[in-house]
Amino acid sequence: MTTFLQIITNGLMLGGLFAIVAIGLTLIFGIVKVVNFAHGEFLMVGMFLTWMITTRMGLHPFASVILVVPAMFVLGALTQRLLIQPLMGAEDDHVQIFATVGLSTALMNLALLTYGADIANTPTFGLRAPIELGPVRILTGQLYIFLAAIALVIALQLFLKNSQTGRAIRAVAQHRVAAELMGVNVPRIYILSFGLGAACVGLAAVLIAPLYPTSSNIGTYFVLTAFVVVVLGGLGSIPGAFFGAMVIGIVDSAAGYYIGSGLREAVVFGLFLVILILRPSGLFGKRMTLSHLS
Amino acid sequence: MLTLKNIDAGYGPTTILQDVSLDVKAGEIVTIVGANGAGKTTTLRTIVGQILPRRGKITFQGEDITRLHAHDVVDRGIILVPEGRQLFPDMTVRENLQMGTYRKSARSDQESRLEEVLTLFPRVRERLDQNAASLSGGEQQMVAIARGMMAKPTLLMFDEPSLGLAPIIVSQVFDVVRQIAATGTTVLIVEQNVFTTLKVADRGYVLENGSIVLADTAPALLKNDHIRRAYLGI
Ligand SMILES: Nc1ncnc2c1ncn2[C@@H]1O[C@H](COP(=O)(O)OP(=O)(O)OP(=O)(O)O)[C@@H](O)[C@H]1O
Ligand SMILES: [Mg+2]
Repeated sequence: MTTFLQIITNGLMLGGLFAIVAIGLTLIFGIVKVVNFAHGEFLMVGMFLTWMITTRMGLHPFASVILVVPAMFVLGALTQRLLIQPLMGAEDDHVQIFATVGLSTALMNLALLTYGADIANTPTFGLRAPIELGPVRILTGQLYIFLAAIALVIALQLFLKNSQTGRAIRAVAQHRVAAELMGVNVPRIYILSFGLGAACVGLAAVLIAPLYPTSSNIGTYFVLTAFVVVVLGGLGSIPGAFFGAMVIGIVDSAAGYYIGSGLREAVVFGLFLVILILRPSGLFGKRMTLSHLS
Repeated sequence: MLTLKNIDAGYGPTTILQDVSLDVKAGEIVTIVGANGAGKTTTLRTIVGQILPRRGKITFQGEDITRLHAHDVVDRGIILVPEGRQLFPDMTVRENLQMGTYRKSARSDQESRLEEVLTLFPRVRERLDQNAASLSGGEQQMVAIARGMMAKPTLLMFDEPSLGLAPIIVSQVFDVVRQIAATGTTVLIVEQNVFTTLKVADRGYVLENGSIVLADTAPALLKNDHIRRAYLGI
């Protein structure tokens, strides 16, 4: 019984990790309708920034949030303004895919040039220490990630639901042309949304950096699961991504224990394909899009 | 108040509007009538900045607005109630109406304007917390008009507001148009329902194949032989 509880708890913690990486991706997709293939590299950039700030300034990694999140917002906003927006008039949507794939490769190579193939270890400040919650043990840092993921989902929902700008973002996601007729500056909303999505992954980077060694290809490691989570949750749905991440986290954790850790990924992606075939609109269908994004 | 001078406009390589000139004076109800595909929607979208004209000039309250983006045109007080309603489907009716107040000069006294609008459309009040997508076509049209009114327009433009509505609802819609105009809002309306529209309007333009072929006062157009044959079936 304790083992089972531990597996579920590990799954939930893993889910929190997947969720916090995926939220920014689904946000950008739901509003700008662009799949950001550079999302993993955004995470990598955020983790390097966290590592730099933490080591150079001797701060707690979490303190770097006040620099990393705004920096990532700017990176996202610039990506939209300088890369995606000029391509939005293009006849062929695929051009945008190539653009974000290109950006992904460019960022990865930039990191290789700057930091080499070395691994950057962010000081842990006790975040890798286990804590006991009743019969189960988890890493302190994992618990923070899980709680932050929940807080981020709630904060984004409140923002999108209750603020004038949040409403305008949803309006653009639902009917771009009509939003324009209400006086919404649509290109500006896209820039803001891309920035927000990147800021979310910046937050993820700050929380993840003390737990995982940072390298130029760390983004690839996380982003594949993030794509799975986003599709399972229903493209563009923030709560969907959260619950999708929990499902994948638990499956991953259970498969690792009962089937063997070598086969975890095979099980996760196998399940993903089965769900995709049975329910192409995601696990929760359209009704789960509480954010009313699309 | 609004003037179009020698406007050519279209989509991609095709030109739809050719040499369109028209004007709307403050306080008037002006209509543009024409057959399907004549270019009525294109005209309204050009005015509101969704289509950039190739030639000609559009002025509003003395200002050249020809090359302004749609959101800037809307900021000036020109509001379009578009063809096909274009509501935000996954927002509640209340949120749709709140979107109407997005432009800066519409943000004050929202509450009292909401009250006025809901008095005109009691059915919309009953549906406030429902998703827009779940409304009937007629209800959606009322919300689209109400949303336009929430924007506190100086010039309110309607693109076929009566399309697909039952006759009783159509007469309600025209009553509302009359009431909106009575409060001092200038109205430009495009309609298939030529007879009823000309009854409400002060003046009208007839658009055929992207060109204005006739312009006169509404009563004169109602008596015009060409109009009677081509649009009124008399
Ligand atoms: N987005 C578009 N791209 C290309 N051509 C278009 C587009 N929209 C309209 N057209 C063409 O422009 C012409 C005028 O269309 P418009 O929608 O302005 O007509 P309308 O007078 O509003 O007609 P209706 O009464 O059917 O609404 C039509 O021939 C139409 O096929
Ligand atoms: Mg039309």
